[in-house]
Amino acid sequence: MKNLLFPSLLALALAACQTDTQGTSAKIDDESMQQPQQTRVTAVDATKRGDASDLPDWARDSSRNSVFFDYDSYVIRSDARPVIEAHANLLARQPDRKVTIQGNADERGSREYNLALGQKRAEAVRRAMKLQGANDMQIEAVSLGKEHPRCAASTESCYAQNRRGDFVYFR
Amino acid sequence: MNNIVIPSCINTIFSSFLRLTCVLAMTCLAVGTRAQDALDIAVIGSGERLFPIIVPVFQDEGNLPHSISEVVRADLERSGLFKLIDIGPMTLPESKVPDLAAMAARGADAALSATVVASSSGRHEIRFRLFDTTRTDSKPELGGMILRMSPEQYRITGHRIADFIYEKLTGIPGYFATRIAYVVKNSQRYELHIADSDGMNTQPALRSHESIISPSWSPDGQQLAYVSFETQKPVIYVHTLATGQRRILANFKGSNSAPAWAPDGKRLAVVLTKDGLSQIYLINADGSGARRLMTSSGIDTEPAWSPDGRFIYFTSDRSGSPQIYRLDVAGGGVERITFDGSYNVTPRPSADGKKLALMTQTGGGYRIAVLDLSSRQIVILTNSSRDESPSFAPNSNMILYATVNGNKGTLAAVSADGLIKQQLSIQAADVREPAWGPFQK
Repeated sequence: MKNLLFPSLLALALAACQTDTQGTSAKIDDESMQQPQQTRVTAVDATKRGDASDLPDWARDSSRNSVFFDYDSYVIRSDARPVIEAHANLLARQPDRKVTIQGNADERGSREYNLALGQKRAEAVRRAMKLQGANDMQIEAVSLGKEHPRCAASTESCYAQNRRGDFVYFR
Repeated sequence: MNNIVIPSCINTIFSSFLRLTCVLAMTCLAVGTRAQDALDIAVIGSGERLFPIIVPVFQDEGNLPHSISEVVRADLERSGLFKLIDIGPMTLPESKVPDLAAMAARGADAALSATVVASSSGRHEIRFRLFDTTRTDSKPELGGMILRMSPEQYRITGHRIADFIYEKLTGIPGYFATRIAYVVKNSQRYELHIADSDGMNTQPALRSHESIISPSWSPDGQQLAYVSFETQKPVIYVHTLATGQRRILANFKGSNSAPAWAPDGKRLAVVLTKDGLSQIYLINADGSGARRLMTSSGIDTEPAWSPDGRFIYFTSDRSGSPQIYRLDVAGGGVERITFDGSYNVTPRPSADGKKLALMTQTGGGYRIAVLDLSSRQIVILTNSSRDESPSFAPNSNMILYATVNGNKGTLAAVSADGLIKQQLSIQAADVREPAWGPFQK
């Protein structure tokens, strides 16, 4: 039944399209289609920005330059407070030094929404540093979203390592 | 009566037929041979009843270094709507009406006649006509065209011919002569690639040691805006594909992300954090005049313009969970669009303005869904657990998205009615962040 129905529907559809061309010479429907575009793409190389480091030893210690967050949370945990305080003090002692706080999120969800969540974490750290007396001009809060996972597996223990803020120093 | 062409009526007839008779057929059809590094596309679901058509070898096609008819056949086959009937090496010259009764006897409802004619200075003319084999009266021809090309333009020429056939037989514009952008990750190297809609003719536009996300095509298809982390923070660039020239669109203090071209090509909506949380701003295409569009208490991100430029759809957690809203750009009013579930993000309107592709969280994970903007009904289209980054083909009929296969990112496409599914894959690489480009004039 369905197969019998198809040719008649098709005939109707085709009848409706039928008027475009008549006679024997092929019609050129669209002048702009006469010369299909050859598209060219030129490649660009982007390289890393070098980061300067003449930091005190503690600030190079990976356990002292990251803070971690709970699931779906943007609240500074108590274990993060001494770390934030140390970085705030460093900025206070060295007014020409600048720090970038890079917020991160776990892999679940869209890249851009995770970028916004990472920003929320970086912002929380920035505000906490300001409360510790750091000058806002020395701090930039940015997000890497889910683009820089420290741990690649899809497990809760991995996600916990990826919900974090990193302190990165540039001169 | 035959002199009135009503494309929407053709559309309705064809698509309602599909809805009546199609079920998801999980047949696997590997298509064509692929150069190394090209995307492989396999149709993993298609209509049950495919439209039978003959696309023969073009007369004198052997004079060209590459076959055009193979490109046409592969396009139509991959669309999941057509069945190609093979007539071997036989050609159907464009200069005369083919024996349509004989073509019908082979099971074809339509047939193409085509001839390659050498013209001056190494260029060629491709002359073709499309016929309805089921018509027995004097007007079986559905249309024809002459395309001029140099031999290396065989792929784009084939895509144009496939678009012509697709539109004549379905009433919907074809999408084969369009391009897609996506990001390939190979260990710690990221490349922004541009390819034809069939995954061939792949060209790198940018190489970086850091991630690249959110490519957005300018309305004329000449430029891409995207977010690059090459300076250890998200910065928005605008990149002219033909020249490789790029410029910084937004590099404010904080994060700069989620670029979305306005339909007029003069402005973009972007997300900046210079005033704290992620908020949506308008910025001129030259990077000047950034101004904040809204002030909300939460995250506003992932802006996307309606094709008429009237609305900006976006994701916001202003009500608690991330949901989709739209801003009336002129009036400033904000309307919530999604209410079901606790995670609806990445709104991407279709070019006809009728549908919204989005990413939703279900019990089984993250999936791509389509929302009908008049009924506000949501239909979930995919069934794996980590599907993201939807983008509509410019004919509003197919949705390209990123998914995960094994542990690797890959691309897939699904028709807006969910009936046709395609898997795109690149060997030995992680692929993500697809964006389907506009029609190219």
